[in-house]
Amino acid sequence: MTAALTGLIVVPLAWATLAFLLGPGRGAVPAIVALGIQLGLAVNLAHGVAVEGTLVHPVGGWGAPLGIDLAVDGLSAAMLLLTQAIALPLAVYARAYFKADDPAGRHFWPLAGFLIAGLNALFLAADLFNLYVTLELVGLAAVGLVAAGGGAPQVAAALRYLFATLLGSGAYLLAVALVYGAYGTVSIATLLPLVTAEAPRLVWIAGALAGVGLALKTALFPFHFWLPPAHGSAPAPVSALLSALVVKASFYLILRLWLGPFAPLAAVADWLPATLGAAAIFWGSWQAIRAVKLKRLIAYSTVAQLGYLFLIFPLLAQTGALQAGIMQVFAHGLAKAGMFAAAGVMIKATGQDTVAGLAGVVERLPLTLFAFGLAGMTLMGLPPSSGFLAKWLLIEAALAQGAWVIAIVALAGGLLAAIYVFRVLRQAFLLAPAGGDVAPVPRTLEWTAFALSAASVLLGLRGVELMQLVGGGG
Amino acid sequence: MIASTGMIFAVTGAVLFALGVAGVVLIDHLLRRILAFNLMGSGIFLILVGLAQRHDVPDPVPQAMVLTGIVVAVAATALALALVRKLHALSGRLTLPGDGE
Repeated sequence: MTAALTGLIVVPLAWATLAFLLGPGRGAVPAIVALGIQLGLAVNLAHGVAVEGTLVHPVGGWGAPLGIDLAVDGLSAAMLLLTQAIALPLAVYARAYFKADDPAGRHFWPLAGFLIAGLNALFLAADLFNLYVTLELVGLAAVGLVAAGGGAPQVAAALRYLFATLLGSGAYLLAVALVYGAYGTVSIATLLPLVTAEAPRLVWIAGALAGVGLALKTALFPFHFWLPPAHGSAPAPVSALLSALVVKASFYLILRLWLGPFAPLAAVADWLPATLGAAAIFWGSWQAIRAVKLKRLIAYSTVAQLGYLFLIFPLLAQTGALQAGIMQVFAHGLAKAGMFAAAGVMIKATGQDTVAGLAGVVERLPLTLFAFGLAGMTLMGLPPSSGFLAKWLLIEAALAQGAWVIAIVALAGGLLAAIYVFRVLRQAFLLAPAGGDVAPVPRTLEWTAFALSAASVLLGLRGVELMQLVGGGG
Repeated sequence: MIASTGMIFAVTGAVLFALGVAGVVLIDHLLRRILAFNLMGSGIFLILVGLAQRHDVPDPVPQAMVLTGIVVAVAATALALALVRKLHALSGRLTLPGDGE
């Protein structure tokens, strides 16, 4: 089991370094093989956690506080599983997407590897300071991936993203400093009883700083300003990685703190994240409905879908609320990866990134459009998709607590999602303009987009195991 | 009451952090923003070391954290500088274009 734990960090570091040494644009095959191994390790780990419960591993036998402890419970195991399950198909997609001489793909493989290593390390970190370091690793690698697009808009988007992410993690690091100053430890496991016993004002400030910093990194409304340009201007495989996984990492951290060390403080402010989440759903959906560019539309849809994650906070006392959140993380992760992948195919084929340019796509790229539709189904929350399961659990928990406002927001968000998804589908079903050439697209791209979207729907049928994993180990 | 050295560090750090955040948020010039980010980081490091210094005895754990934090800040600064140079080479400007909606 410990081999799986360390393997999930060491293996991506190894292939990222190898890809860097091989030179620009190379290293796709080792990455795909290694990601296959990582997926196996993550499944193995999830199985182990489901059977044996939480697992802690002191790296090198040093142990905290000077050494680094790795820990995995049901929540981390689920996030690790999701990361590898999305990264593997996206790697296959990216290999076909970036042609050998494509400048946008020159640095994709090393950066993607470091990003995955950072994500895996974040989900395994057992103390607040290591969480900070891994958060920065993820942020810096993600900024690099956005900038790799190469043009001035991409570099500007990357810089905007960089300042947002540095500000967010700076606030978080200050929170860590205050917590250490108050208690003399940063271990998540030892902090909870200490905070429960006594929480000086310093710790309240720390909680607020960590909350604001991480909300900025998760692009929670009104801190979402950096997300649409960064996710909308990056190449499709990068957008998919960022939207599906990177924003979930800081959400995971918020959840981890909320359920762990800051639990005694969290009860005071539990309506705040839900209110902002509801605002994110309406604002993000509205911007997606109005968007001219296809990838901008999908990026604003991410802003909206992230809002659902924050609706669970006032409901966490109910059984099923945490599961609803994790199911939404999975549903949105798979569906958004599939949707960006499908959008990448359409943009490659039509040569333009606009919704209006999609006319006639149904004849040329039926499989891709089907993939887009399936992903849209998950975002809308239609049965039997995992999005439906997430909304169902959320509404059930909301009604059990009498919080019918949350149930209404969740339902309204589904309707708004339907509007922007059907806007794209309707345009794609229009007749193609005369003389509109469609460039040939590798079949691999279409099939990987389809696989991701189909997985987001099919997960709805097999959600029980996942919910048991999160419920049992978390 | 005479403030301990640790508390002086921590208060100085808090002021530097606030200055840094204001700089990152308010300044348009990118190089100055990067400087402001570094100011913010230094403020956090001072707080980290200062607050943990109980009874004026140094504690090794926050020192190790600050060392790690400095490495991260250097890496982030290098990335930011590289991006600013690239932006300058591509567009000839040292400020971010207004929100490109």
